[in-house]
Amino acid sequence: MKILLMGNPNVGKSVFFSRLTGIRVIASNYPGTTVKFTKGYLKLGGELTEVIDVPGTYTLEPTSKAEEVATEMLKDGDLVIDVVDATNLERNLFLTMQLLERDIPVIVALNVWDDTKHRGIYIDVKKLEQVLGVPVVPTVAVTGEGMKELVSRIHEAASPDVSYRTRDERWAGVGRIIEQVQTVTHRHHTWLERLGDASVKPFPGIPIAVLAILVSFMVIRFIGEGLIGYIFEPLFNNLWAPVMMRLSEFLGSGGFLHDILVGKLINGEVDFFQSFGILTTGLYIPFGAVLPYVLAFYLVLGFLEDLGYLPRVAVLLDTLMHRLGMHGYAIIPTLLGLGCNVPGILATRILESKRERFIVATLISIAVPCAALQAMVIGLVGREGWQYVAIVYGTLFVVWIILGLILNLMVKGFSPELLVEIPPYRLPPLRMVALKLWARILGFLREAIPIVMLGIFVVTILYALNVFDYIANFAAPVVSGFFGLPQEATAALVVGFLRKDMAIGMLSVLNLTANQLVIGSVVLAMFFPCIASFVVLARELGFKGMLAATGIMIVASLVVGSLLNLIL
Amino acid sequence: MTFNRQTTVAQMRTGERGRIIEITGGYGLTRRVEAMGIRPGKKITKVSSMLMRGPATIQVDGVQVAIGFGMARRILVELESE
Repeated sequence: MKILLMGNPNVGKSVFFSRLTGIRVIASNYPGTTVKFTKGYLKLGGELTEVIDVPGTYTLEPTSKAEEVATEMLKDGDLVIDVVDATNLERNLFLTMQLLERDIPVIVALNVWDDTKHRGIYIDVKKLEQVLGVPVVPTVAVTGEGMKELVSRIHEAASPDVSYRTRDERWAGVGRIIEQVQTVTHRHHTWLERLGDASVKPFPGIPIAVLAILVSFMVIRFIGEGLIGYIFEPLFNNLWAPVMMRLSEFLGSGGFLHDILVGKLINGEVDFFQSFGILTTGLYIPFGAVLPYVLAFYLVLGFLEDLGYLPRVAVLLDTLMHRLGMHGYAIIPTLLGLGCNVPGILATRILESKRERFIVATLISIAVPCAALQAMVIGLVGREGWQYVAIVYGTLFVVWIILGLILNLMVKGFSPELLVEIPPYRLPPLRMVALKLWARILGFLREAIPIVMLGIFVVTILYALNVFDYIANFAAPVVSGFFGLPQEATAALVVGFLRKDMAIGMLSVLNLTANQLVIGSVVLAMFFPCIASFVVLARELGFKGMLAATGIMIVASLVVGSLLNLIL
Repeated sequence: MTFNRQTTVAQMRTGERGRIIEITGGYGLTRRVEAMGIRPGKKITKVSSMLMRGPATIQVDGVQVAIGFGMARRILVELESE
């Protein structure tokens, strides 16, 4: 049996899904968190039942890509759990009616039930159940309230005989039900609602946004630096370094195995940035240098997501983003891209037009540095002084703007207007923020550790075989001539295809000047996506789109790298 | 008989209230907007509008929706009399 979780966007389907199946999926307080369907299993009467988290949809008449997907999936389902936002019953029932019209058993979950009381909404559940002819269970997915009852009543799901000929008839039907089951009393605005309204107005919304960005940066830096300075560096320097020195002695301070595991000793010591052994640099890059910032970034992002702030930023930025060929909602994939480009590019599915998705995905893969790359830039370029870090960020931001302006002129098609629900602010329960953070950290470690370790292994072997010398000679005119970098930097640019953080680590070995480090970092950020984002880019844009994006990438990084070399 | 001024969402001022009379866009637009609960007969409050033909945020049935300027111009509203 296949159970489909369906409902309007942002009614808590993903939290619901996690509760039912125990699978952690990323849930946030904005419409469109789930862009690809997730599958899980639920034990029902001793039998494993498949549960599918379907992307949110307002109607079954497909008006957007996500709704087409939802309608298509309905054909394969055996039962629908219709997740309804109890604080917004009328609009949600429109979809419920469409589901009831289909020949498939339905059970309704009245989610966000806890919010109805202090919003002055009273719903007669028994009556609603009667009128709809299907089971209705009040639930609070975030706390788990009502979930047991819902599961125990799944077998009661029914497919009553409902048919409306037109949309107007259906709305009229919904209206009659609402009159019978719901009473709304007036109540005063809460401070969260006042803050919500204030932050979508130009004033004080824009100052609030500037403040939010500044505070976010400060918090990320504070947490990232704090974790490195007080936890990770002491751990590596005081505990792990002696172990590595012991291992180095044991392996005879040299030789092939020594070079693979420990790497090269710098002045007779292990240097976690420069030794480049699997157990030294291979562990230090993901854990010591990148993890603290990834953790800090996702903590702040997760909080803003669950609070419901991001759609408001989309409204504030909409006018600017239209000049760059996108609408404001494109800021959400872009912000996700600052963590890792892969989920960022995936999230472009929330955008309606193909043209817009191409522009946003291309801009992300070129001008939006992922957290791993940023952590290394902060760690290595930051040693030379913060002004150099500022040049790297400033350059990428200018590239994002200019490239957006150009793509807006060049790419055919149209970019639609903004049309998006602005969710109410919700203070996220700490447990939810922590669970989401944990899921993202695990994802990062699973992705990063094997590739960094494998990468270091491959790099060591390629060095031993002198392969890089060959490539370096070949690429020297570009690398030295255009970018003003030493030939040896070619190896780093090649490795950037595997992982950008590791590539920046390789630059650090070359004794570059501060300006060269800046150029190297910018070129690495822009030039060619890492293999993981390359794959999603090809999947999301198609082969032709990916080729076009890659072409733009190569040209842009050549131009920007050369310009920086001339200016600096 | 009270005479209520008619206008569009784009021209409403922040904080003004009214009732939706008609959505004059094409079939696709009407369908999308209606599915989000923005329909003729509904009470509407304008929550915010951005400068330079930016999007408007409106509130219908306690739900806020941000819509582009072009769409905002196509939603006709009868203003609530003071």
